[in-house]
Amino acid sequence: MLAIRNLSIAFPGPAGPARVVDDVSVAVGRGESLGIVGESGSGKSMLSLATIGLLPGSARTSGEILLDGKDILRLRERELCSLRGRRIGMIFQEPMTALNPAMTAGQQIAEGIRLHRTVGRSEARAEALRLLDRVRIPDPARRIDSYPHEMSGGQRQRVGIAIALALKPDLLIADEPTTALDVTVQKEILDILDELVADLGLSLILISHDLGVIARSTDRTLVMCRGRAVEEGPTETVLRHPSAQYTRDLIAALPRRARAGLGDEARHAAGGAR
Amino acid sequence: MTALAKVSGASFRLRRPGRAALLVGGILTAVLVGVALLSLVWTPEDPARMRILQKLKGPLVSGLLGTDHLGRDVASMLMRGAFNSLTTAFAAVGLGAVLGTLAGVAAAARAGFDAVLMRICDALFALPPILSAIMLGALLGPGALTAIVAIGVFMIPVFARVTRGAAMQIWARDYIMAARMAGKGTARITLEHVLPNIAGQVIVQVTIQLAMAILTEAGLSFLGLGLPPPAPTWGRMLAESQTYMLQAPHLALAPGLAIAAAVLGLNLLGDGLAARLDPRRRQAS
Amino acid sequence: MLRHLLRRAAGFAVTFLLISVLVFCMMEIVPGDPASAMLGTSATPETLAALRAQMGLDAPAAIRYLRWLGGLATGDMGVSFTYGVPVGGLIRERLAVTLPLTGLAVLLAVGIALPLGVTAAARPGGVADGAATLYAQAGIAVPNFWIGLLLIMVVALGLGWLPAGGFPGWDQPAAALRALLLPALALAIPQSAVLTRVTRASVVEVMNEDFVRTARAKGASVSRALWRHAVPNALVPVITMLGLQISFLIGGAVLVENVFTLPGMGRLAWQALAQRDLIVIQNVVMVFATIVIVVNLGVDLLYTVVDPRLRRRA
Repeated sequence: MLAIRNLSIAFPGPAGPARVVDDVSVAVGRGESLGIVGESGSGKSMLSLATIGLLPGSARTSGEILLDGKDILRLRERELCSLRGRRIGMIFQEPMTALNPAMTAGQQIAEGIRLHRTVGRSEARAEALRLLDRVRIPDPARRIDSYPHEMSGGQRQRVGIAIALALKPDLLIADEPTTALDVTVQKEILDILDELVADLGLSLILISHDLGVIARSTDRTLVMCRGRAVEEGPTETVLRHPSAQYTRDLIAALPRRARAGLGDEARHAAGGAR
Repeated sequence: MTALAKVSGASFRLRRPGRAALLVGGILTAVLVGVALLSLVWTPEDPARMRILQKLKGPLVSGLLGTDHLGRDVASMLMRGAFNSLTTAFAAVGLGAVLGTLAGVAAAARAGFDAVLMRICDALFALPPILSAIMLGALLGPGALTAIVAIGVFMIPVFARVTRGAAMQIWARDYIMAARMAGKGTARITLEHVLPNIAGQVIVQVTIQLAMAILTEAGLSFLGLGLPPPAPTWGRMLAESQTYMLQAPHLALAPGLAIAAAVLGLNLLGDGLAARLDPRRRQAS
Repeated sequence: MLRHLLRRAAGFAVTFLLISVLVFCMMEIVPGDPASAMLGTSATPETLAALRAQMGLDAPAAIRYLRWLGGLATGDMGVSFTYGVPVGGLIRERLAVTLPLTGLAVLLAVGIALPLGVTAAARPGGVADGAATLYAQAGIAVPNFWIGLLLIMVVALGLGWLPAGGFPGWDQPAAALRALLLPALALAIPQSAVLTRVTRASVVEVMNEDFVRTARAKGASVSRALWRHAVPNALVPVITMLGLQISFLIGGAVLVENVFTLPGMGRLAWQALAQRDLIVIQNVVMVFATIVIVVNLGVDLLYTVVDPRLRRRA
């Protein structure tokens, strides 16, 4: 469904253009989940922004990002607007700052619905309430009128998921969705995410520096380093029999207990997907 | 997302607006001060000399910028007016900067002072300088002192707020704690550590407030609350031009442009200096 | 929320009392008093003393201060000797010019500054940004009374579109509005320059926030992200600046009313000074200061409307 071909992204810098993504190719099939792993600054976030057409204006790109055959890099702004939210949803890393502090949770979820569908205010609100319930927010009838500062980090991220999934997009991009959260909350958020992705049959791009998260939730994995794709394959293979030295280093950098758990989880996740 | 922030930040930092502002502002201000000082030793004509036969002549017909309704040379009046405007502005800002900085630093040093001083500042800030000048005018009569005190008093809260905020940031630093441990008193720490560190922000504020003072002084002399005649002021030149608006529009244009150029120069200089001296703005730009 | 407001109101009450003491003391040390100014130099000591007693000027300063405060509250501020009418009525009549003038100026200033600042912030470094920066720098530098002169020269006398001065009174609303338009514009231009600058800086900062990107990822267009998401979150500094400007607006009103010969509070104060009508000066200054204080209280209220995060702050 999504095919990225020879994508390069560069920014003009003081010492000539700086490439943050260098000739990356990867594909995600319908209902398939792809994990992108790498250190911060490896270009994984830029890759995801490019996919939803939200690179900063100074970015220069080459290659193509095909969504059902249409190249996102060549779409007009108007076409991109109708695509964003409707066909591609996105969840961001910082639940603290990713929500508008001046709008209630309900308004922010309903906004996307009303942007893409001709529905009335009350209908959009009812839909927002259903979505809040689906992301298992306690007491959704009250939370729908809460402002972000009145919610915990985990609740905000649930609202973030509700916003991204409001229009049942075909592809969900989650950029470090649990990194900023407490460990206990991380698991809840991942559970909700996994369940919704499975229920709705979405394709998922999950970006993380956390190999445990990648192992539990993805079918295939792309390892990125300094803008380049160093390794790509089924998650289990990549994590248990890494071919690139960089991937081996990443795994070796984990604490031993986490590494042991990784094998289990990878096996588990891979088994569950089949 | 750190990568995104870095990249977009870099593209902003490439063009440094501070430098151009500093240059243009510096030149304009230098010209203003130069002309003001020059007017003490030389002007094309005596700015107070009336030549009724030469009245209301256009620019270049008589003198560089023409003459007013009493035949006085406009260019000479503008030059001396620059001096009068600047001295009043300097005195007023000096008054506000010294008292305001003292109040601000004291408020930052002692929580006890803080509430009282800031209340007084609020009160002073609610009195626009033109209203103070009208009250002072009843007390002292119009003149330089009225203008200086009216503008200066209004600037006390301005300087107090800026220095209080800046000084509080300094007080929160670790080396202040170290100085405390070494047994230094509040006054000594203020003198040795706080004042030197906020000097940059005070200088920036002085520059910007000089521009404000020039604007206000022009307003006061426009109302007849500034220097008394025959001393030429930009404000009174504008007030007198009102009667001859159609016959001699240059009388309204020249002083207005002089005020605008002076204020623009000082504001640009202040912006340029802020980009260099003010740590808050340095981060923001 | 209520406690916060009450505390702010108490703070403003203290400020009000401080100013009133300051104003009262200043008028106390002014040589001569209203009675001697009224009677002139030819008055005998006996008639002067009689008038003083009649006006209550022979009471101790503290009593007269309290009487004055009471009078301010009830609107009974004494009698102007130049106009021979109660000061309270005089001020009400003049406020009917000055308040609409400054209100119109604020509307114009915001009406210019908001679109200009937001458009500039949409593309920092773009053409609109350059134009807005230029406007801001130039607008801050020009005195409002000079803009008034230029507007009279060009729009009133040159083109003949609007009156050059004077005020027909509110029984002719259309003509009254026309008379206020140029003076309000003269007041508004420098204020809008300052506001443009603040708006631009604030919106640029907010546009870099994560939640703007979230909105774009939902499918919001650039202009929707700008106006619906960035602008509401960028208003706090703009409102702060509006509050700070009220002092300058009132000072400016004194000047502009004189340029356009509008019978407002500023012209009243200026004429009172020329006539040494001390009662009028004292009360006009106090009313102006009260307006500044009340506007600042209003700004505090506006914060909580604009930013839901501030609503809960006790």
